[in-house]
Amino acid sequence: MSGSSEFPGSSLRTVRRRVAGLGAAHSGTHHFWLQRVTALANVPLTLAFLAVLVCVAGEPPERVLATIGQPIVAIILLLAIVSITTHMRAGMQVVIEDYVHNEGAKVLALVGNTFFCAAMGCAGVFAILKISFGG
Amino acid sequence: MVQLTLPKNSQLVPGTVWPKPEGTNRLTEYRIYRWNPDDGKNPHVDTYYVDRDDCGPMVLDGLIYIKNKIDPTLTFRRSCREGICGSCAMNIDGTNTLACLKSMDDVTAKSVNIYPLPHMPVVKDLVPDLTQFYAQHASVEPWLHTKTPAPEKEWPQGRQDREKLDGLYECILCACCSTSCPSYWWNGDRYLGPAALLQAYRWLIDSRDEATGERLDDLEDPFRLYRCHTIMNCAKACPKGLNPAKAIAEIKKMMVARQF
Repeated sequence: MSGSSEFPGSSLRTVRRRVAGLGAAHSGTHHFWLQRVTALANVPLTLAFLAVLVCVAGEPPERVLATIGQPIVAIILLLAIVSITTHMRAGMQVVIEDYVHNEGAKVLALVGNTFFCAAMGCAGVFAILKISFGG
Repeated sequence: MVQLTLPKNSQLVPGTVWPKPEGTNRLTEYRIYRWNPDDGKNPHVDTYYVDRDDCGPMVLDGLIYIKNKIDPTLTFRRSCREGICGSCAMNIDGTNTLACLKSMDDVTAKSVNIYPLPHMPVVKDLVPDLTQFYAQHASVEPWLHTKTPAPEKEWPQGRQDREKLDGLYECILCACCSTSCPSYWWNGDRYLGPAALLQAYRWLIDSRDEATGERLDDLEDPFRLYRCHTIMNCAKACPKGLNPAKAIAEIKKMMVARQF
């Protein structure tokens, strides 16, 4: 996190020193790969999710709950929630890193992004499990 | 946050409209960004008229005509006038390119609108400060790294391995690509940019280089490499027809390949 708005050459630090910053983080590939894998997974999972929505549209609540509670449907919905919220967090992190340059605001936004996506994911997973296992 | 508006002292104001050359009907209008750090004024856009009967066909010919015959204070870089030195890179008709390779007839607007390369500190008029750009290029150590003792003659390379460098070695470091890249605009202090990464890849796939792992280690970073979002402005702008975005994608593939 060595961002600076100064022009090159405006400080006594050499330009090479400024370009070197804090060195390479030796990470980023996992994030890049995770974003691609979840993007790929989201294609069939989103289509399946939409198919479930179409099937239960207009049905009485009991039928909807019974359909969602079926193991195959529940597993597809769980996978969709996990994949989509994981992808959402990874994508939003990239946007924040691109555009938020104030270090404090950036850290807050990154943590907030993680909390929000985790909360959304957990709420969705909990709802499906509750419907599946009754109670 | 990203700054989307210019500070007051950088906002453009109307400039001088210079008189038309007499005795000719073949005129091309040039509208050129002017800024002088010494006069304390805001940047302005001056209008010039170039006599096409007294001038070569390229945008650079028009700039040289203006400097020689109308306004000697107009400041720009130029040297080879044939697309080899990369000095005359500037934003012409909305695209970064070399003034010497851009024909006046290919300009789509009514006038030839010229600005310095975007998002770089301006030294004067059309001259940007490329200090950081060059330092980023140097940081990828664009020369052969070997551990094996040097052979008596040159390091041999097969024909097929040599062909892998085509489309990479031709870069002339004009900075058209990096300064056209929005990711480089927003994070140019940490993202290496398409030009430096194209050269990084040129050495990553050089069959004679023995520091591939170390080179990948130095690039594996959320900002240095992964700020590239495949926007492709670099490939669109490159006046040499190179494709830095593809080179960056190949680096990302190498990063993933060594994980599995």
